Amino acid sequence: MRNSLRTPYDGIVMAAPVTIPYARYSIESAQWWIGRALSALVARAGIKASDIDGLCVSSFTMGTDSGIGLTQHLGLCVRWLDTIPLGGASAIAALRKAARAVQAHDADIVACVAGDTNHVDSFRLTLENFSRFNQDAVYPYGAGGANASFALIARNYMRTYGVTREDVGRIAVTQRANALRNPHALMKTPLTIEQYLAARPISDPIHLFDCVMPCAGAEAFLVMRDDTAASLGLPAARLLSTIERHNAFADDPMQLRGGWAMDVGELYAMAGVKPDDLDTVQTYDDYPVITMMQFEDLGFCNKGEGAAFVRQHDLTIDGDFPHNTSGGQLSVGQAGAAGAYLGLVEGLRQVLGEAGPTQVKGAKLGLASGFGMINYDRGLASGAVIFAGPGR
Amino acid sequence: MLQRCEACGAFAYPAREACPACLSAGLAFVDAPRRGALLAETTARVPSDVYFRERAPWRIGLVKMDCGPTMVAHLHADCVEGAPVLMSFQLDKSGQAVAFARPEGETPNMADDRQWREMTADPKFRRVLVTNGRSVIGQEAVAALKAAGAKTVFVGVAEPWRPFGGEQLLRGQQGIEVVTLDASDEKSATDLAADIGGKVDILVNTTEYVRPGGLLDRRGTSTARDEIDQAYLGFINLAQAFGPAMRMRGADGTNSSAAWVNILSVYALANWPAFGAYSASQAACLSLSHCLRAELRPGGVKVMNLFTGPVDTEWFQTVPPPKVAPRAVAQAIVSGLRGGLEEMYVGDVAEEIRQRLAANPKALERELDK
Repeated sequence: MRNSLRTPYDGIVMAAPVTIPYARYSIESAQWWIGRALSALVARAGIKASDIDGLCVSSFTMGTDSGIGLTQHLGLCVRWLDTIPLGGASAIAALRKAARAVQAHDADIVACVAGDTNHVDSFRLTLENFSRFNQDAVYPYGAGGANASFALIARNYMRTYGVTREDVGRIAVTQRANALRNPHALMKTPLTIEQYLAARPISDPIHLFDCVMPCAGAEAFLVMRDDTAASLGLPAARLLSTIERHNAFADDPMQLRGGWAMDVGELYAMAGVKPDDLDTVQTYDDYPVITMMQFEDLGFCNKGEGAAFVRQHDLTIDGDFPHNTSGGQLSVGQAGAAGAYLGLVEGLRQVLGEAGPTQVKGAKLGLASGFGMINYDRGLASGAVIFAGPGR
Repeated sequence: MLQRCEACGAFAYPAREACPACLSAGLAFVDAPRRGALLAETTARVPSDVYFRERAPWRIGLVKMDCGPTMVAHLHADCVEGAPVLMSFQLDKSGQAVAFARPEGETPNMADDRQWREMTADPKFRRVLVTNGRSVIGQEAVAALKAAGAKTVFVGVAEPWRPFGGEQLLRGQQGIEVVTLDASDEKSATDLAADIGGKVDILVNTTEYVRPGGLLDRRGTSTARDEIDQAYLGFINLAQAFGPAMRMRGADGTNSSAAWVNILSVYALANWPAFGAYSASQAACLSLSHCLRAELRPGGVKVMNLFTGPVDTEWFQTVPPPKVAPRAVAQAIVSGLRGGLEEMYVGDVAEEIRQRLAANPKALERELDK
């Protein structure tokens, strides 16, 4: 049954999910972190660097470098190259482009990688220079950064749908429980709902445990055709469906929904699955309220029912709705553009059965979503992907 | 002022190069309807920038304008979510124009709002130095600033033992202190600054030295030297004596320094040959004021220039009306400080010169030669 007019991703797979463990601060450059990720990819896949003929890079802290500079820096000779500056939507955008490139034989093995460093002053500089609209019309207003911008969105969302801090807090608390099983998570102590509620305010209603910790790190995976993966003997996850949308619902006075809501039917139709079929879900959790919005916009519940959904489900690894199983950005850390990859890379490990201590038993079918670029008053970019492990 | 598309009429914000409704490039800045509604607010408690970190908590919000765009804005404390607000652009401490939302109606002590006062230089509660108390403008300025709630007004008077008209308005008044100051004398300015320099929050430079004549009807340079000594070098003396401390005190708690005011002839912008040399001395002062503005900006201290046409004083006796009443100049000083403005044009002549200069500068030059 074909429910989508788009060309299916026949035989397109992702393999070799790698994470370079994060560090709160790093004296290394973004190029160093990206180099470590490529090195890990090559080792993990048992290939030579010269076998990589496509490269897709995302980073906020590469300075004046883009993907082309990295080819020389890292000694890669590729016939397909892209640099994707879409923040939290970068991984899904990278995957979509890479998938079509290998499907058309423009490339055989594409390395999708994101990495950022975090020097002591990197985060403030990123805030100050994020976008032109932001420089003109947001930063001079209290310099609260993304926290203040998302505080406005969160306040409006919570008031509109009667959501309490306790509802939102459940997401952060269960992700911390997941993170305690991930040795690479920067947050290593348990978090109770009482601690969440008692945390200091940052920009009302955003409090400390609603915020991600900026850090350094890198994430990567390979995209190829299934015959390539088979010839390399690589376990791989099949790509079933993707969506991507930018500047959706521009007439909404404030953001109550992301672009997913525009394309969610297409997402499941192309994959041929229902939300209930999914074994793990990895949302983009720059703030837990944005995750709650995704539960609605990705079809797990109706609009305005996100809080009830969170109350009715157990979001831990062993729960009935295993979500952000690595701990997510909220507990692992946000390594710049690598934050976009964190969920997808963890999701790939899950369906490949490689997640180790955070493994959801029998996970075969995964969803990962991305969200990014609060250019002015709202996140502009959204995307999602559904993928399946071997044997499904 | 917001951008409005000349093709489809849609308003746009933040500033951009193409209309988001029809992609036209014709986006002119126009006076936009100021009303909007506050959609959501937040209080930034841990800003990343040192300026706001020192002033946290800082309240901002998102305003849906009746004319279309949504604007991030600084909030007056009396703004309430869901309620109407009136927007204006204010110059912040860095000199950037920023959107500020106030309640639609008047609220008690509205101008005393902490965040509003950060954008303005309201004389209320502040200590002001008016540099020349012998002039009528100086005396009117003292009265207006006092009436506006200034805590102390220091009034500079050269050789204060010599009697002068209006003296009784200044002496023995609560909150007014006559001090010795001859701005054209470097030592006099330095001595006074040593005494009260750390207490001057607003300096109003009312130095005036008006003499008729241009070049060919005068003999020699003695009058021109006096004009330069009094107006231009006097400005330099005041700036060097008081500027450094004011720049350092721009963030000195609630009693911080806030503004420097110059009263300039509008003929600083276009020479009026009948008072040609005077016009030139004023042009020199105008240029210097831009230098002072740039040098005070790092301290968050504003420089406001008031441009006036001929004032109704003895040196403009021969000039026919309309002339500007000294009291109007004084009231403009107060309203400009309350609005945190950089420029004001006082009176019909000044406003006319401003408009004609913008419309056709060569025609104005020719027509002033009459």
